[in-house]
Amino acid sequence: MYDFNYKRATSNQDATDSIAAAEEGKFVAGGMTLLPTLKLRLAKPSDLVDLADLDGLVGITVDDNTVTIGAMTPHAVVNSSPEVQKAIPGLAELAGMIGDPMVRNRGTIGGSIANNDPAADYPSAVVGLGATVHTNKREIAGDDFFTDLFDTVLEDDELVTKVVFPIPEKAAYMKFPNPASRYAIVGTFVSQGPQGTRVAVTGAGPCVFRQSEMESALDANFASEAVENIKQSDDGLNSDIHASAEYRAHLVTIMAKRAVAKANG
Amino acid sequence: MPDGTIGTPVIRREDQRFLTGKGKYVDDINRPNQTYAWLLRSSVAHGDIVNVDISRAETAPGVLKILTGMDWASDEVGGLPCGWQVIGKNETPMHEPPHPALVADRVRHVGDNLAVVIAETREQARDAAELIDVELNELSSLVTMAAAGTDGAPTIHDEVPGNLCYDWEIGDKAEVDAVFNKANHVTKLELVNTRVVANPIEPRSAIAEYDATSDCYTLHTTTQNPHVIRLLMGAFVLSIPEHKLRIIAPDVGGGFGSKVYHYAEEAILTWASKKVGRPIKWTADRSDSFITDAQGRDHVTIGELALDKDGTFLALRVQTDANLGAYLSTFAPAIPTYLYATLLAGLYKTPSIYCGVKAWFTNTVPVDAYRGAGRPEACYLLERLVEQAARETGLDKADIRRRNFIAASDMPYQTPVALEYDSGDFIKNMEDRLTASNYDGFSDRRTKSENTGKIRGLGMATYIEACGMAPSTIAGSLGARAGLYESAEIRMHPTGSVTLFTGSSDHGQGHETTFSQIVSDGLGVPLENVEVVHGDTDRIQFGLGTYGSRSLAVGGAAIVKAMDKVIEKGKKIAAHLMEASVEDIEFSTGTFRVTGTDKELGIGDIALTAYVPHNYPHDELEPGLDETAFYDPKNFTFPNGCHIAEVEIDQDTGQVTLCSLDAMDDFGKVINPMIVEGQVHGGLVQGIGQALMEHCIYNDQGQLMTGSYNDYCMPRAADVPTFNVATNEEALCTHNPLGVKGCGEAGTIGATAAVINAVLDALNTKGISDFDMPATPQRLWKALQQ
Repeated sequence: MYDFNYKRATSNQDATDSIAAAEEGKFVAGGMTLLPTLKLRLAKPSDLVDLADLDGLVGITVDDNTVTIGAMTPHAVVNSSPEVQKAIPGLAELAGMIGDPMVRNRGTIGGSIANNDPAADYPSAVVGLGATVHTNKREIAGDDFFTDLFDTVLEDDELVTKVVFPIPEKAAYMKFPNPASRYAIVGTFVSQGPQGTRVAVTGAGPCVFRQSEMESALDANFASEAVENIKQSDDGLNSDIHASAEYRAHLVTIMAKRAVAKANG
Repeated sequence: MPDGTIGTPVIRREDQRFLTGKGKYVDDINRPNQTYAWLLRSSVAHGDIVNVDISRAETAPGVLKILTGMDWASDEVGGLPCGWQVIGKNETPMHEPPHPALVADRVRHVGDNLAVVIAETREQARDAAELIDVELNELSSLVTMAAAGTDGAPTIHDEVPGNLCYDWEIGDKAEVDAVFNKANHVTKLELVNTRVVANPIEPRSAIAEYDATSDCYTLHTTTQNPHVIRLLMGAFVLSIPEHKLRIIAPDVGGGFGSKVYHYAEEAILTWASKKVGRPIKWTADRSDSFITDAQGRDHVTIGELALDKDGTFLALRVQTDANLGAYLSTFAPAIPTYLYATLLAGLYKTPSIYCGVKAWFTNTVPVDAYRGAGRPEACYLLERLVEQAARETGLDKADIRRRNFIAASDMPYQTPVALEYDSGDFIKNMEDRLTASNYDGFSDRRTKSENTGKIRGLGMATYIEACGMAPSTIAGSLGARAGLYESAEIRMHPTGSVTLFTGSSDHGQGHETTFSQIVSDGLGVPLENVEVVHGDTDRIQFGLGTYGSRSLAVGGAAIVKAMDKVIEKGKKIAAHLMEASVEDIEFSTGTFRVTGTDKELGIGDIALTAYVPHNYPHDELEPGLDETAFYDPKNFTFPNGCHIAEVEIDQDTGQVTLCSLDAMDDFGKVINPMIVEGQVHGGLVQGIGQALMEHCIYNDQGQLMTGSYNDYCMPRAADVPTFNVATNEEALCTHNPLGVKGCGEAGTIGATAAVINAVLDALNTKGISDFDMPATPQRLWKALQQ
């Protein structure tokens, strides 16, 4: 990797001040994407601001209506939390499908959504459950958070602090993993609850998106038969050596159908 | 009986250090005053070099030396040599273009070496390498063999017209054609054996140093055969005589063939170490490994099997194109010829076989032996043909094999493709696996799968391999430029403990355990009294290394020969001490006895006497008990077996689940069943990897699309079922003293064909009869859409 200045932030304010002062600063949460990128010399930040000491960003609280996950909470903690497993089992399961045990023990929800890898799992839960992203500056609706490939509405010195998920009546995530990387080729998060009926798709396109035709059908009848004949257009979907756009489009329907079946238990 | 008796599942002694992080690999070693090298690799697959400007890099912090292809060309050093010469049709020798370690004129694949930067730290060397300005005239890349063979295609090497390295054949084509013309049925397949990347867990690494006071070089390197590297690099590249060049392979973390070869970095570092005057270290990162380690397989083949009306095989006709990559790697020419075509009889009595092989240069990473090396390609072709023939003729897939197998009573059996099999009971092995896998219950299992919307298939592969490379005389007549024997030294110490020096160095297989068992069993000394030394040309007399499942069959036999000499000498000492005639001394389980009496002496007493020879037959014997033997095998060994795989395919997604894999392998005598089972498991997973997921893909510009684990799919534990494996020890090798055949490659040879045959069996229920590996979800889904 190239040389950079390393700073371990002592408070949220210290973290955002440090980024603001840096020429080209980057927050490091779990580092599961950033560190490999640095090692391959594919990025050259001037400063890394490590969030590891910000205890206030770690933890899970569950009340009657919401599950709140601190931005620096590792996937393994979400996956193994009895409270999350009870309140939103699909969310706990999703966390357990990310990467491998090392990644799940280091990677964090804040890091994942701020990076917005098109094949990441968490964006589908944020959109699929109609969550709210809290930052040091504001609250952002999940629907508005993700803008494009590796892009979000976050400003350079804006720090995700927590994600608040409304507890749905039903929800489930189904993922078809890339055989090599185990990222989502297609991941579909479906839910029904206070945020309406939602179908959020990750992996298929450049950015997580809602499949509105399926949402309408499920709104009328939340059953897998309702979506099994709805075809996703392959227009604009990702295509690579592992999956063509056509194959991804097909998998959107299959994964949605299976997710609905799973949500219905 | 000592606890190390042959046949005992002794725990691997090397695992204590490997599993506790105490292994000592090349990269764990640091030499005083060490410097670091970074190789500037070509990012372009094909291009003429206009200029390599190092002026900016030379002044970068920490830089000690930068050497380019011009320096290599102007020094009196050779190119990387090829260890095997194939003679093609009409006695035409293969083309052997130069292979400079650093290129000066042209880059021929992504990863070709343009320059080496030596600096105080690795990062400084890498930083400086980014400041080297390379000017290239990019040429169109020839990535596929079809492209390389197109009329008017540019030549990758000026010396090689049409990019054809050789056009070779075995068998009488006219005779085979005549049989085909009269056959009742011909099964024909065109298939691809995909290119794969070896991916040992330890990336390659080297440390070279030059001692000016003694004019000696030492190279620590990640190699499977240190003496071969000493020979190739010393004699052919750098002109350093053996006594001035020491090669050390410490712990080596896997190789699968890819660490057999002499690589550019070894020569570059050794060459540069004298210029720099300090030790130089280089360690590949995984990205480096993908573009510089020799890759495997990469065949396109048309195969035809002629049958009579009863399903008896009459003849086999094969034409294969083999991709060698941009340069000839050390043993590359032998793989698609003598390790492939000679195995095409398989387990069958097919009387007439012809195989033609064209080997091509392309703008890709060189290809060489990868676990199985030629034999998996032969097995895959043959077993695909056999199951296709069964489908076409309506015969059961086991029955068509039964009809054509060579019987145990036919041994020794001369095949039409040069090899003479010595032993094996092919029918028994298959019948055993048919029972173990509940073959007869398959249709019920298929129905169950269909009830859940899935399709199910069962595939078999029977295989035979030629291992234990090899009788030197035969190998030499076929083009090998080295002997293929092995050596062992048994050094019995004064108090009866033993150090074994073996030329068959370990890179993860467990030689230290297995070889200790052989010594413990043969000399009757406790296992813990045996130490095994390997991997150092200054400590080991000589060696040809570890590959081709040869360590036990050749290296193990050398150990037995050396022990025989120790026992022979021990008998003379015992006869002297017990005042008996040598002919009356017998030896077993560590004790010398005078036949028919109760007089006996332990081997420890004999050893002590040999080193404290106060009462000793000085007139006829030298003191000491230290014997060396070289063993050159009489024939190849022929491990064989039967693998049966069952798969289920999710039609909605194309996802395959491997439900079961049953393997019966005949490895001859098994020394350590636990190690053998581990070798089989590892081999199976690699074979399954090729069948279901591994695939090395280049784009049209010669860029590797699968250059990291994000895209190159390696099999994981969760991808495979619990294997059901067994060995048959009833048909021992007839010509080596241990009766062993070798187990390192078998899993890889049988599994790929068995799994793809299972996939095809499932697809056949949907009317699909043609499918090339790998059976990835996307490829299967696409096939099922048609």
